[in-house]
This record gives sequence, structure tokens and C-alpha cells, in this order.
Amino acid sequence: MYSLPSFATLGAMHKYSIFSLARNAMGYHEDWTEAWRSPAPQPSYDVVIVGGGGHGLATAYYLAKEHGVTKVAVLEKGWLGGGNTGRNTTIIRSNYLWDESAALYEKSLQLYEGLSRDLNYNIMLSQRGVLNLAHTEHDLKEMSRRVHAIRLNGIDSDILSPAQVKAAVPIIDISPDARYPVLGASLQKRGGVARHDAVAWGFARAADSRGVDIIQNCEVTGIRRQGGRVEGVDTTRGFIAAKKVGVVVAGHASVLADMAGLRLPIESHPLQALVSEPIKPVIHTVVMSNTVHVYVSQSDKGELVIGAGIDAYTSYAQRGSFHIIEGQMGALIELFPIFSRLRMLRQWGGIVDVCPDASPIISKTPVEGLYFNCGWGTGGFKATPGSGWVFAHTVANDAPHPIAAPFALDRFTTGALIDEHGAAAVAH
Amino acid sequence: MTRQQFRLAEGGRIDRDRPLSFRFNGRAYQGYAGDTLASALLANGVHLVGRSFKYHRPRGIFSAGAEEPNAIIQLETGTRSQPDLRATQVELYEGLRAKSVNCWPSVRFDLAAINSRLAPLFPAGFYYKTFMWPGRAWHLYEAVIRRMAGLGVAPTGPDPDRYEKTHIHADVLVAGGGPAGLAAALAAARAGARVILADEQSAFGGQLLGNGESVDGKPGAEWAAAAAAELVDLPDATLLPRTTVIGYFDDNYLTLCERVTDHLGPAAPPELPRQRLWKVRARHVVLATGAHERPLVFQGNDRPGVMLASAAQSYVNRYAVRPGRRAVLCANNDSAYRAALDLQEAGVEIAAIADLRPAPDGAGVEAARAQGIEVLPGQAVVATQGGRHLTGVEIAPLSEDGNALAGPSSTEKCDLLCVSGAWNPAVHLFSQSRGKLRYDEGLACFVPGRSVQAERSAGACNGRFALADCLAEGHAAGTAAAAAAGHGDDSGPVPKAEAEPVGAIRAVPCVPSRSGRANKHFLDLQNDVTAADVALAAREGYRSVEHTKRYTTLGMGTDQGKTSNVTGLSVLAAALGRPVPEVGTTTFRPPYTPVTFGTIAGRDVGDLADPARMTPMHHWHVQVGAVFEDVGQWKRPYCYPRQGESKREAVDRECLAVRNAVGILDASTLGKIDIQGPDARKLLNMVYTNAWNKLEVGRCRYGLMLGEDGMIFDDGVTSRLAEDRYLMTTTTGNAARVLEWLEEWLQTEWPDWRVYCTSVTEQFATMTICGPKARDLLAELVDGLDLDPAAFPFMSWRAAAVAGVPARIFKISFTGENSYEINVPANYGMAVWSAIMNAGEKYGITPFGTEAMHVLRAEKGFIMVGQETDGTITPHDLGMDWAVSKTKDFLGKRSLARADTTRAGRKQLVGLLTEAADAVLPEGGQIVSELARKPPMDMIGHVTSSYYSAALGRSIALALIKGGRDRGGETVHVPLLDGSSIAATVTEPRFYDSEGERLRG
Ligand SMILES: Cc1cc2nc3c(=O)[nH]c(=O)nc-3n(C[C@H](O)[C@H](O)[C@H](O)COP(=O)(O)OP(=O)(O)OC[C@H]3O[C@@H](n4cnc5c(N)ncnc54)[C@H](O)[C@@H]3O)c2cc1C
Repeated sequence: MYSLPSFATLGAMHKYSIFSLARNAMGYHEDWTEAWRSPAPQPSYDVVIVGGGGHGLATAYYLAKEHGVTKVAVLEKGWLGGGNTGRNTTIIRSNYLWDESAALYEKSLQLYEGLSRDLNYNIMLSQRGVLNLAHTEHDLKEMSRRVHAIRLNGIDSDILSPAQVKAAVPIIDISPDARYPVLGASLQKRGGVARHDAVAWGFARAADSRGVDIIQNCEVTGIRRQGGRVEGVDTTRGFIAAKKVGVVVAGHASVLADMAGLRLPIESHPLQALVSEPIKPVIHTVVMSNTVHVYVSQSDKGELVIGAGIDAYTSYAQRGSFHIIEGQMGALIELFPIFSRLRMLRQWGGIVDVCPDASPIISKTPVEGLYFNCGWGTGGFKATPGSGWVFAHTVANDAPHPIAAPFALDRFTTGALIDEHGAAAVAH
Repeated sequence: MTRQQFRLAEGGRIDRDRPLSFRFNGRAYQGYAGDTLASALLANGVHLVGRSFKYHRPRGIFSAGAEEPNAIIQLETGTRSQPDLRATQVELYEGLRAKSVNCWPSVRFDLAAINSRLAPLFPAGFYYKTFMWPGRAWHLYEAVIRRMAGLGVAPTGPDPDRYEKTHIHADVLVAGGGPAGLAAALAAARAGARVILADEQSAFGGQLLGNGESVDGKPGAEWAAAAAAELVDLPDATLLPRTTVIGYFDDNYLTLCERVTDHLGPAAPPELPRQRLWKVRARHVVLATGAHERPLVFQGNDRPGVMLASAAQSYVNRYAVRPGRRAVLCANNDSAYRAALDLQEAGVEIAAIADLRPAPDGAGVEAARAQGIEVLPGQAVVATQGGRHLTGVEIAPLSEDGNALAGPSSTEKCDLLCVSGAWNPAVHLFSQSRGKLRYDEGLACFVPGRSVQAERSAGACNGRFALADCLAEGHAAGTAAAAAAGHGDDSGPVPKAEAEPVGAIRAVPCVPSRSGRANKHFLDLQNDVTAADVALAAREGYRSVEHTKRYTTLGMGTDQGKTSNVTGLSVLAAALGRPVPEVGTTTFRPPYTPVTFGTIAGRDVGDLADPARMTPMHHWHVQVGAVFEDVGQWKRPYCYPRQGESKREAVDRECLAVRNAVGILDASTLGKIDIQGPDARKLLNMVYTNAWNKLEVGRCRYGLMLGEDGMIFDDGVTSRLAEDRYLMTTTTGNAARVLEWLEEWLQTEWPDWRVYCTSVTEQFATMTICGPKARDLLAELVDGLDLDPAAFPFMSWRAAAVAGVPARIFKISFTGENSYEINVPANYGMAVWSAIMNAGEKYGITPFGTEAMHVLRAEKGFIMVGQETDGTITPHDLGMDWAVSKTKDFLGKRSLARADTTRAGRKQLVGLLTEAADAVLPEGGQIVSELARKPPMDMIGHVTSSYYSAALGRSIALALIKGGRDRGGETVHVPLLDGSSIAATVTEPRFYDSEGERLRG
């Protein structure tokens, strides 16, 4: 229910609403307070979260909100959301094949659906639908399998004929003589996109208001252990003691693991994306194609947001190779011939943490009090709240959340992999 | 048609003998060859050309080049339409049509200008704070926002133009053909280096084209033309005008975009590509990309009629256009004075120069004073007047710290306000090269610091703004680059220009206003980001420059902040009370200016998007009306429907023909890898799960390949051709991956093994004849080969001539019938195929496609990789333990012993028979043991293959079900998407000839 804004409920935090905006307009917006504090690190915390991306911030928020753990610091080596959170193409969906994945991503999508109001920060979840195109007989079979499974998991998913695809996305080329003609598509209507920065900022603001210290420009350089237990972290701003340390650093997971003497089955690869100059709306849904390797959506600003697959080599440099972009553009024009004369405004890359089975690791580790959340690879933005939710539980209780249990590290020894390679199409 | 009332009678680099007509916003105008759309509009007195993104405030032409934030237009209509071009970069051609973007109904009367009234409600990031009520209503707000957003419109259809790519090496790539770049290119080319010089403009010369300075005693533009001509004559120099260096990647790899015919409009010769992408690998790079003039930040600095001083100067000198009648200049440095003098000479009345510096005294200042121009030291424009065009400005003295007004303001009428906040080196490419920037306090801008690649910056992009310095530095950089690339240093004389002392600048991040507020002090003109927005971001904690940028959208427009990033940063630093270098700068991302998608794709579109691979018999299939499917890159006949036949009927007929007579399949697409060497057998033993030690020459064996995780990855038959030579076959889709897999292991783990793998897929045409009549048919075509099973048993191969063509005949079977897979050299494929078809006529030979093959193998319970497997299935899951050696080692073996791989209850391959014999289960259908009324339901497996079997007269299916082998006889259900379901019984995964009598022939 909506209630009039009350400043008391959120402590020092200004409640955001059209009313507070109007009131502040009279004061020329000079009275807004900071969205989060920038405190100096305290000597010790109950929980230190390493990595101020969406996942780390969400973890801190849910630790405070759901588990009452508020003596928490989030340590970020650069600026909040400056990793993959601020670089991704923001596709959100929960249409995953395997039960384990479906449970995790669906939990996340459900949290997303209430997130703006929960955080009192408009993260602009835009459920404009996600279309996954099928171009071959094999694609059609895969699609059928996925849609059947997703439906029986209680998640929305539909199959579209080429004509229905055309109706949903009139600018797409469905002609039968295309190199890889569109033979059909699956559609998750509840899928869509959200504003990536807002997700990081919203979680940061809400976590801060619950007492979490968010510390930017603070790089973790070592993980101290004593007798198999974690003691704290060395940082560029000194040692910080912690009873528990949760590491959520995406592409740098192996680097942090190395600090704790662990090896993770993760490869870090560049993943690139680009945007066009802004144009008037031409495409309303997110369109993804695995066979013609590209995916695209149009942002509220009017830019086409375009991505494809990872660069094949491993790297920690946040830049990829141009030929990947060249391939991506060919694919894009195949699907959308009218895009040929539009122009690339900006391209960039992030470093994604890829697991052998293309599923994440949310896990305790052999070091007591040390937890890892990583391996989201090319598709973790959609999981941000869900990941934070189950990881907070895992850290707070020193026991995996039931949804997170299958994603523990030991699956790489037992072989109980959750292989989303074939299943996930382009796993964004 | 209006006459060009602002065109000067003489001068400029335009061709008055070539008048060009064009239309803007529906009205007809005239300009000249050599004009840009912007200069032609100004010549006709058109200043209002656009509206800003958020508030829809009127916007005029602000610059004369790539940094333009305002004059964004839609060029042409229909399939050749092009949104979001900068009018300052569009070369005029006959018949050009352009219009303003993002305004309705017109740029003069734009309804959305109401946003400007509501601006107080829309500060930076307002949308993060609202639109959250009620519940999930964001999509309603969003729909409105989306309609408002966006600039131009997409073309209406496929692009009629063509794009090309060129790959090239260079000793020295020079980016930018102004004085520094020309000097560098000349020096390097004279020294004998292989040089590429690229400049985004139509002519070389850069600033010299517009500022009237002299080099070596000649007018600058003349010198530049001569320099370019000399370069053209040098054997190893490539000159690329209209070519922007857009990206600088690792290892001195750069991308350039050449606009080959854009300037010709419809007159472009069709044989030329529209644009060309150059991919250059350069030993050395000289960056000579110049500098962009920095605007000043003051109240109302966004009105049409406000223009960069250097742009105004360019319009006068280069295009012979007066950008106004009466001008005020506002500057914090000397360079604007030259502009003032040139404007005055062109007949523009100079009302005053407000100079922020308390005591300006450079040579330019003196010259201006000598010309009677009033200089107002220590003063600045603090407000502007006018609506769709500037009508006047308010000028006031600044306090010593620059933070307040130090006296009353005076008003000056004018229709042109030239601003100059000094210069920003164009460090974009340097930054892309990962070079580290350094903040220069004196120049109040970022300059190149430490280089990371083999690259040097020269001239204005290096913070050296005086012409003489640019020339000297360019020459030195070119000489050094050539020498470093192994050439001499005989680089000729240094071009000379008069050195003029330049006074210091006075950096004032934000000129104060009388109200003390800064909400009309625009930083980013396109995105309507004001100094107040940046201050708000700082106040709210978005203090990292990246946060400020993202929160306010500063520098995120189509100009990517070329005129706003540094001013924005200074305002942010001031708001935070920290020095600029501590606040940092955002990353410059490629491309330098936007580049057409089509150019990046090049020729890899349409038919060339991905090579379509066709077998030697492809055209025969086409002729007989086959329906094709894409398998990997291959085109494979799916079936061969006859007149009036449905696909299903065709498949049924083809299946029956194979079972009852003889069918022929084009199997050429199967991957074939020739494996040779003494260690070939060792390799097979490691990559396949079964043992290869005892396979004799002349024999064939089926094998499974696993990934390291123990999961099936490919399968196929491998035959021993000779003592140390094997022919491996793979699935069609995996052929390349299997070869990569073999190579990966050979190259990384077993580099000492003597074995070579060669793909021979395309060297052979493969046709499979199978069915009870196959042997009789083959007998007619071969000579001297005993086809008796005793002499030519199942799972063996023989060399023989088929229809006179040397062939390898493999007696292996995927359909369950007696089969001969005949391999002939690809070029003979069609001839042999025809011979077989002719001879087979009397046996009723029937070509069959992939679908019939799938049905036939499913009847036999043979697995298909990709259908019965999905990367999570082991040989044991499929009941194929017989194909897994218990004794030897092989890739994936250890994983097969893992806890999860050995546990009970894994999915296992079974057969399914529906209760209703004609109900065909959907492939991919999920299986439950108990139906619930609605989801969620517990899934125990899924249907992997499902067909109607004509031979059996009923449907059959294969499925993977948890603990399936123990569920024989159980009834399971497959819920369908429409809510109904199909019941089926679990059976053995074999439906036809389970003893395997038929395939032995
Ligand atoms: C180009 C691209 C497109 C993508 N598209 C999608 C998509 O469409 N949909 C989707 O769901 N997902 C997508 N992803 C993936 C998604 O972005 C990530 O999975 C997700 O954002 C990861 O969030 P995170 O918080 O774990 O990581 P990050 O946001 O990367 O945060 C990790 C943080 O850890 C910090 N850090 C690292 N080392 C240290 C240290 N030693 N000390 C302190 N801090 C440290 C980093 O600076 C970083 O801020 C995409 C990714 C990329 C790169």
C-alpha cells in the first residue's frame, strides 16, 4: 500500500517520491542528502563483503534486512558498480532449463519485481519480454525442451511461430531465404531489462540506511587466515578484521581465491557490448539469437544495446578483440537489415567469470568463515537480488540456502554439474 | 529559395561556380560545393537546427566539426536514411535533404518544449526517485518516456549500399592531417617509411583550413595542399581523406573508417562501396588528432547563436560565411582574439570581448585593441537573452576567485556569442591505447602522459597549441617513428611558422550567475546536463566521475562529451573541493566518432553472412525438390517431397523404401578426419572410450568421445586404412570441434606424439545406399569385389571402383539395414551418384533425407549426439557400457568414477510407446510420473527423439528418464503446452530388428 512519505521510517535517508521531488524542486534540489555515506573503514566487522558490484551490495542489504547482521562492510576497489554490474546489457529472465537454475533465477526475478519499492529506488525493471530465436531444426527441439521444462517449473514461457515473432518485432527479417531463417522463438513475457547502475545504487543506498558501511577505493590485497579460519582482509586502506568474509568479485574471483590458497574452476574472459546512437523506438522486446550470434534490446534512451559471445582467450583486461564486434554486427544486420546504417556510439568490455558448467558458485569454502559467490559469467545481472538473497542466508547461517545448495563448490568434485551450456542459448 | 544572405562575396574554400540546392526541414536553400550542411545553413541564416534531448530547448550550430553536440540531423528518407548525423560533418551535395530530429511538430514549435517549464522537477536522476507508484506502473511511465526519447529514426528498409574492408600494414600510421600530422607524415615518408595518413575531413590541413595562419611563408591551406601533393607522389605513402581513426587496440592495431561516397549523395558511382573499414597494424603511430575548443559554462550558454570561437572563425575563413551580424566574444585565453579579428575583417561587428582574465596582454589582445575592439578584462558573459536565437548578453565583472560577480552587469545586443574556454587536446585515441593521461594545471586540460604502445602524440593533441610547435613536434615525431621502424632520419627540413607568444589562461569552472544558481549553466548541451546537476550528483554521493557521468548522463550523448567532459569534471572537482586530477577522468571508449554498423560488418552479410556449405550433389537435391535443413553450416536435404506430398508423407515413404528396397543418402557432411602416424592408434585409444589395439587394417569400429567431465561429446565410426593411418568420422555439426579437440590434446599434452590429423570432409563425396536391395545394386556397379558377407563383413571397408571411380566402401549402418557408405573423391560425387541412381531405378531406389535417417536409427535405438545427449549424459546413462573399456585410460575416464556420475537414479535411455499408437510425443516434452492439475510438477525426464514409424505403423520415442531402466512397463505422462497430456509406457529403447540381423546383409 502507498502511504505518505515519512522521513522517520528510513532514518536519515530521504524517502524518494514525486512529493519529495516536488518539495525539493522548490529548494532547487539543494537539500538532498547523500544516497550513501562514505565512512572510513572500522577496524573490524562481523561480515566483510569483498566487491561492490550488484551482487556484493545485494548480499550486504539482505544480510542487514533479512538476517539482522548490520556490522557489515562492503569493500570495493574502485567505484560501486564499476565492474560487470555497470557494463552489462541488463537482460533479465528466468527461463532456465534445469530445476536448480530455474529456482535460483526465478527467485531473483520475483525479487526484481518488487525491488524498486523495496529499495525505494526506481531500478526501472522493464518487463518487455525476452525472445529467444530458433533458426534450425535443432534449435526448435532445444526450444521445445526448454519451454516444456520451464512451464512445468511454474515459470511463464511461450512458443511463437515466425509470424508471431514478426508481429512482436516487425523489423526482424523472417524471410525463408535468410542464411538462418527464423523458424520460431520462445518468449518469456516477464523477462526484460533494468537499469544496471540503479540496481547497484539502490542496493547501496538501502544497505547504507541499514547501517552497512560502503567503502569505495578500498582494494582487498590479502585474505588472512589462522588455523583454517578467516581473520580478516588486508586492504589498500589497512587490515580489516572480520568474522566472516564473503567474496563477490566476478571476473577477479580466482585472484581472490588465490589469496586464500584456493583454486576455483573459473576462467575469466572478456565479454564485450556496444550501443548505437539513440533512435526513436523500433524494437520493444529483447531479442536473442544463439545461432545468429547476437542479442539486442533498445534502452529507454533510444540506444540499441547489443552483445554477443565472449572472447575466446582468457584475460583480466576489460577489453576484447574487435573481430568479435565485427561478427556481432554481421549477425545483427542479418536479423535486422534496417540497422545497417545506424552507428556504433560506444563499445566496451567486462571480465566475466565462467564456470565449466556455465552455472555460478555460491558456496562455503574449506576456509571457515570464507564464502565465495562467483561464476555468473555472462548472465549474472539478472540474478543480482536472488544471488544476494541466498548468499546472505549462506553467510549468516554458515549453511547454504536451499536454493544455493546445488551450486556449492563440491559439485566439481562429485560431478553434479548444472550444465546450462546447451540449454541457456546465449547465457545473458 | 532564399539567397545566401550571410555568404561573403569572396574567399573561403568553396566553389562558387558549383551551387548546390538542398532542403532542410522542408525548405529549399542553396549552398556551394565545399560547404558542410552546417555552413550552408549558416550562409542562409538558419541557426535553429535542433532541440535538446531532455528539455527540448532550442539549439543552434555550436561547432564546425566532430565535437558537435547540437546540430544533429536526419539525412534523407527511406532505405538510405541516416539518423543522428552532425550537420557540421555532412558535406553538401546536390539535392541533399535533411531535417531536425526529436522535435514535433517542428523545430520552431516543439510541443515537448513544455519539459523546459517542468525542468525544476527533472533534475539529474529524477527518474530514480519517482515513477514507483503504483505498484508495477513503471511500464506506463516508461512508455511515455520512450516515446520522448531517441533522436532520429531508423531507415525504413534494408541498406542498399555496400561496405568493404581493407587490411594493411604500415611503418607509421599518422592519425590526423593538420599541421602536426602533415609534418609527421612528410618527415616519415621522406625518410622512406611506409606511411598512412588519415584525416576525417575532406581535405588535409586541419586548423590551417580555417584559421588563416601561414607555414613556410605560404598561406596554411596552400602549404597543406602542397604537403599532401608531395605525399601522394612519394611511393610508400597512403593518404586517406574522409577517414576517421576510430579505434586504437592492443599491439598497435587500429581501425579506420573511410567515408568513400557519402559526400556524393545519390551521384555516388554504384561500383564504389559507401564506406570502408581499414584495419591497420602499424609499427609506430603518430597521433596528431588536434584539439577541441572548450566551451565556457555560464547561464544560458545553450542558445542558438552561441558558438565556439574557433568554429566561428572556421565558418568565416573556410566557408566564407558570417555566422552573425554583431558578435560578443567571451574567452579566457588568447586564441579567441584571432577569431575576433577574422570575424571583424569579414564584416561581423564585434561588440566586445569579455575576457575572464584580469589583465590579458598577448599579441592577439594587442592586435584586437589596435583594431578598435573593446576588450573587457576580468569580465564574463553571465546571462544570455533570446528565444530561438540569441538577441543579447549580459556581461559582468568577476570576483577575484571567480566565484561571484564583482559588479553590476551591462547588456550588449548581439546575435552571435563566441566562446572560448581554451583547448582540450583530443586524447581519445591516446587514452584508447591505454596511455596514461596527465592533468596540465596551466592549460587546465588532460594531456598525454606515459605511453604504453609504440606511439607518440604531436601538436595540439599533445597540448602544444602554437603552430610552430605543432610543426616542429610533428616533424620530430615522424622522424623518430620512421627511424624506430628501421628507416633513416633523412626527413627533410622542419616546416616553419612564426612563433607568437601565448598568454596564460584563467580557468573558471563555472561562471557565476546573479541568482547564485547554476541550473541553466549547460555542460552537456545535447543531454541538458547543467552545472547544478553535477553539483547535485556530488551532493548525493555520486562522486566518482563515473558515477557523476552515469547519474547525470553527462557526456553520454552522441558526441560522447567532446565538449562537456572536461568542463563537467572541473565543475565536479569544484563541487567536491578537490583538484581535478584527483577526481580523475572517465575512460574514452572506441569509437572516436560513431561508425556505421554496416561498415563494421563489411561483406559478411546476406549470402556471405556465414558460408553455406553444400555437398557435391547439392544441385541434384535442389533439382528434385528437396527440402533442406541447416546443420551447422551445411545444407542437408531433410526430405524429398513429391508433388502434393507433405513432409511427413515423404519421410514415411522414404523410410519404407529403405526398409523394403533401397534408399540413398547424401552423407558427405559427416566430418572426416584423416589420422596418420605411428602414434595414431595411441591417440584413438585416448580420445575414444573403447579399445583400438586390435582393429585390423580393413576394419571399422564405432567409438564414443567424452569431454573431460565424462559426458558424451561426439561419436562416429573410425576405420583403419593402413598400418598407421585411420579415417575418423564425426557428426556433421561437431566436425570442427572434434578436430580442435584432437589438436588441443596433441599440442598441449602430447606434443611428442607422432600423429597428424587432417580434415578431409570436403575432399570426399559420401553416399550411403541401404536396404535389402543395396547389395544387388552395388554388385552392378563394382568390379571384382566380393560382396558376400563372409568376404566383406559388417564393420569393414574395401577399396574398389564404383562406376569406374576409385572408392572406399564402408559396410557400416546407421539405419539398421545392410548399408554401404561409398566415398569417392568429391569431384566425382555427382557422376557416381547419377550412376547409382540410374542403376538403382529398377530396384526402386529412393533418395532419403536427414529426417528419414533419424526415424530409421530411432527405430533401431541408435543414439544421436545432440538429441540423446546434451552434455550431461554418460555412456552408462545410454546403456552403452559395451563401448567403454574397463582397462585402458581415456579422456573423461576419471570423471566417470565421480560420485554423481556413478549414483543411482541418473537419467537413463529408455523407449516410450504412447498408449494411442498414432499420438506422436513432442520432442523435448517433459515427463512426469504423476500429473498435477497445474504446474509446478516434478519432472523425471524428457523425450529426446520422437517420430511416427511407418515401418511399425505407430509412434515411437526415445527418452531419458531418472532410473529409467528400472521403470520398464511403467506408465508416464508428458504434459503438453496446451494443458493436455499424453500417456506412454516405458520400454526398451529398441523397436525394430532388435537382433540386428538385417544390417549384416
Ligand atoms: C558486456 C557484458 C554483458 C552482460 N550482459 C548481461 C545480461 O544481459 N544479463 C545478465 O544477467 N548478465 C549479463 N552480464 C553478466 C553480469 O554483468 C554479471 O554476471 C554481474 O553483473 C556480476 O555482478 P557482480 O556484482 O558479481 O560483479 P561486478 O559488478 O563485476 O562486481 C565485482 C566487484 O568486485 C570488485 N573487486 C574486484 N577485485 C576486488 C578486490 N581485490 N578488492 C575489492 N573489490 C574488488 C570489482 O571492482 C567489482 O566492482 C554481462 C556482463 C558483461 C561484461
